[in-house]
Amino acid sequence: MTFINYASREINCKIVYYGPGLCGKTTNLQHIYDSTAPQAKGKLISLATETDRTLFFDFMPLELGTVRGFKTRFHLYTVPGQVFYEASRRLILKGVDGVVFVADSQEERMDANIEALYNLEENLRSHGYELMKIPYVLQLNKRDLPNVIPTCELIAELQRKGEPIIEAVASNGVGVFDTLKAVAKQVLTELRKS
Amino acid sequence: MADSPILMREQRYHQIKAVLARLRLDAAARVVVLVEKDGQQLAVHGELGDLDTTSLASLAAGNVAATGGMAKLIGEKEFPTLSHEGERESIHISVIGRVLLVVVFDERSSLGLVKLRSKQVSHEIAAAFAEIERESQDSLNNAPPFAGITDDEIDSLFSQP
Repeated sequence: MTFINYASREINCKIVYYGPGLCGKTTNLQHIYDSTAPQAKGKLISLATETDRTLFFDFMPLELGTVRGFKTRFHLYTVPGQVFYEASRRLILKGVDGVVFVADSQEERMDANIEALYNLEENLRSHGYELMKIPYVLQLNKRDLPNVIPTCELIAELQRKGEPIIEAVASNGVGVFDTLKAVAKQVLTELRKS
Repeated sequence: MADSPILMREQRYHQIKAVLARLRLDAAARVVVLVEKDGQQLAVHGELGDLDTTSLASLAAGNVAATGGMAKLIGEKEFPTLSHEGERESIHISVIGRVLLVVVFDERSSLGLVKLRSKQVSHEIAAAFAEIERESQDSLNNAPPFAGITDDEIDSLFSQP
């Protein structure tokens, strides 16, 4: 839910990175955090297990710039990808303004991608949102690995509504900011309609 | 589509800040933060020091969401208050409809006092937030604040230094 504060001249929006376990959601946030000037970001909070798997969520606030005199602040969240953290994933989607689905391009993770995408649609519906109507970007991650599925096949299986598709290697930053820009742009365009 | 935006005008902001300032004084608290249930910080008052209130807001919302999930599992609607007591600093969270009142306090106060004072301002906060929601809807129906925003303006955001 976008929050517009006239007193502090700020627009605050919530973006959630969704996807199967180990697809690179936290890696996306980590790269954004590492590559952003200190004055544009807050702390990166990671609620993770002792083995660095996301337990509840990662969170970082990011300031992108000013539009019509208002600072635009994006609150970036990831969900835990592991199947059994279903209840937590649903909670984090509440109030979302835009979603990035991070797909793992490796052949052996295709079923996990499909399952996570269905899970996303279902969890959005539980809050009264529709994937077809929400700002949304599909990121095809891990394109540098040897066993990846061709992008055309991934698109045929995972694209839902003509959403922007970004090829990425989040571990070295490729496509990370393009993904963020694509979703942030849709969120702000949506604000124009509201 | 996503939820409708919430617009908070200056007058409401100052009204809420005044309630938070009074609560802080009455409860002898260090910091008082008002947070929307989705994790957005609405207003804050107190001795902030280097306290990261943006993260605090997000974590408080996550905390309430998680305990709310547990409440449902055992057949409760939600847990209306949460308290975390530390060695020196403590936190008390009250759920007031769609907002969370987060009070950070130390040995200058007590949990009982913070609970009492938080409860006393909860109606005022609920009423103020109801007004904010009503005004947001009116504003979005009559004069959406960013209706005239252009593609170029949005694009320029990504080229700002």
